[in-house]
Amino acid sequence: MTRYRGNADAVRSLVRETEVHRDVYIDDEVFALEMEHLFANTWIYVGHDSQVAKPGDYFGTTIGAQPVLMVRHTDNSVKVLHNRCPHKGTRITTDTCGNTGKFFRCPYHAWTFRTDGSLFFIPLRKGYENTGLETSHASEGISPVRHVRNYRGFVFAKLNDTGPDFEEFFGESLSSIDNMVDRSPTGRLEVAGGVLRYMHNCNWKMLVENQTDTTHPMVAHESSAGTAIEVWKKAPPGAKKPMAVEIYAPFMAPYEFFENMGIRVWPNGHGHTGVHHSIHSDYSAVPGYFESMAAAYGEERAKAILDENRHNTIYFPNLMVKGPIQLLRLFKPLAADKTLVESWTFRLVDAPDMLLERTLMYNRLINAPTSVVGHDDLEMYERAQEGLRVDANQWVNVQRLYDPSERRDATAVTNGTTEWQMRNQFRAWSKFMTLSM
Amino acid sequence: MEAPTDQQLIDFVIHEARLIDQHRLDEWLDLFTDDGIYWMPLEWGQTDPKLTTSLMYEDKLLLTIRIERLKGKRTYSQKPKSRCHHVLQTPQIDKRDEANNEFVTWTAMHYIETRYDDQQLYAAWATHTLAVVDGKLRIKLKRVDLVNCDAAFGNIQLFM
Repeated sequence: MTRYRGNADAVRSLVRETEVHRDVYIDDEVFALEMEHLFANTWIYVGHDSQVAKPGDYFGTTIGAQPVLMVRHTDNSVKVLHNRCPHKGTRITTDTCGNTGKFFRCPYHAWTFRTDGSLFFIPLRKGYENTGLETSHASEGISPVRHVRNYRGFVFAKLNDTGPDFEEFFGESLSSIDNMVDRSPTGRLEVAGGVLRYMHNCNWKMLVENQTDTTHPMVAHESSAGTAIEVWKKAPPGAKKPMAVEIYAPFMAPYEFFENMGIRVWPNGHGHTGVHHSIHSDYSAVPGYFESMAAAYGEERAKAILDENRHNTIYFPNLMVKGPIQLLRLFKPLAADKTLVESWTFRLVDAPDMLLERTLMYNRLINAPTSVVGHDDLEMYERAQEGLRVDANQWVNVQRLYDPSERRDATAVTNGTTEWQMRNQFRAWSKFMTLSM
Repeated sequence: MEAPTDQQLIDFVIHEARLIDQHRLDEWLDLFTDDGIYWMPLEWGQTDPKLTTSLMYEDKLLLTIRIERLKGKRTYSQKPKSRCHHVLQTPQIDKRDEANNEFVTWTAMHYIETRYDDQQLYAAWATHTLAVVDGKLRIKLKRVDLVNCDAAFGNIQLFM
């Protein structure tokens, strides 16, 4: 049964001021429309340009449901190509990442392409003489994604011509990426440490909402962070608090801590927690780091960069960035009830290794499939995915600290336990879902 | 204990898996030396545990937190509890260094973890670095290399 396809009003009716219909999480048709519209009309994170440092380096990933590859072209620019041979559709790259030299060569019939996707060579070419190949789709080579932007190393792409340009779409939210990059004394990041891949049997939006859900940590993570605090209490007096306890303990901070940290919302569904402080504010200083930052930026500027302790920044629709610990999580939708979460980490070039060590410890304690904090969260998402089958109430509530005068697509700083950012995401969802319908 | 015999090393590794399967996790934790480590690499052939991410790289404090958490009243991801099952090949003795009190075994194994109707099978190799401490064999390092260490996994909640 088709309820939503071709019916923008039906899609819009799923999002009300303070509640959203369960079909946004469980309906297969809504999911298919998300892939066709939402993930095509918005700027989706592809990868970091340090993953393709040299000409010919490539990295295969997806935008929504579609395979793409990011490649460093011979002119040193970063291209994003639709990852299929124009001939029979074969995925061009064999490994997830590697170096292809000056050309991609399809492993099926040896059609060969330059690293911008243009067709270079077809074996037995005379078989296409006088067939009109030059007017075919195939003659275009591996189609490039037309809208690509490399912002300070972070590569985003938009599949459709519709939708806002990059600056208009992200606006001031780019300040969170800026802060992460500025934390390197040389202003450069490199992907480092390996990616954690965690399969979730739930809708991708549950994970995105959780990133700015500040009334769940002290409840859902009592089992992990609360236990960590209890276990540490038995340590001998005067023992130095280990990095792991510094990472776990703030999850148990009281409601007031999260209320006061603040949430900032931006237009187009972006926003962040931790305006004034965050769970990352009180980590121990790493010897030598501030000195190298002060040498690079001057003391005042270095202090301003490091005093910014944003918690989670949502880049709508499916990216979360943690500037203070150089980590991002990409929520890749696979089905209405299946999401692959990739957690990527970065080295601050020319900063002490201890920072990367802490970032990686955070990643494995919080974001790994073996992480107890991850277990706490996934249990809640899976229970919700199941509970939403209930017909008696088909609505999910996002009402906390709602004010009827709340402006759409506004920039505002507000109480850190608001669900405004969730409402902000759903208003953007409705807008970009229906933009091309 | 003098230097352990090969058979004592083999028996130790088999007993260690049994303690996990029987949820005797406090006894299991006691098998580790005070500075003992449980390591599950993320990368194939990983050599660096700190500047490369791991699935787990945990000292006794972190292992204690895990074990205490499994007992918690509000540990919802363990309601109902997971169960697990090891099948080990006979451990092979890779190293006997009596002078330095270091003994290394290598054990191919299948590990199953279940919860609700879900049952997951993992294939791995366990490398135990053991030492005799106060007359008893103890674990300095248990390293678990999954054959698909870099795959996307759902929850892995117990110990391999």
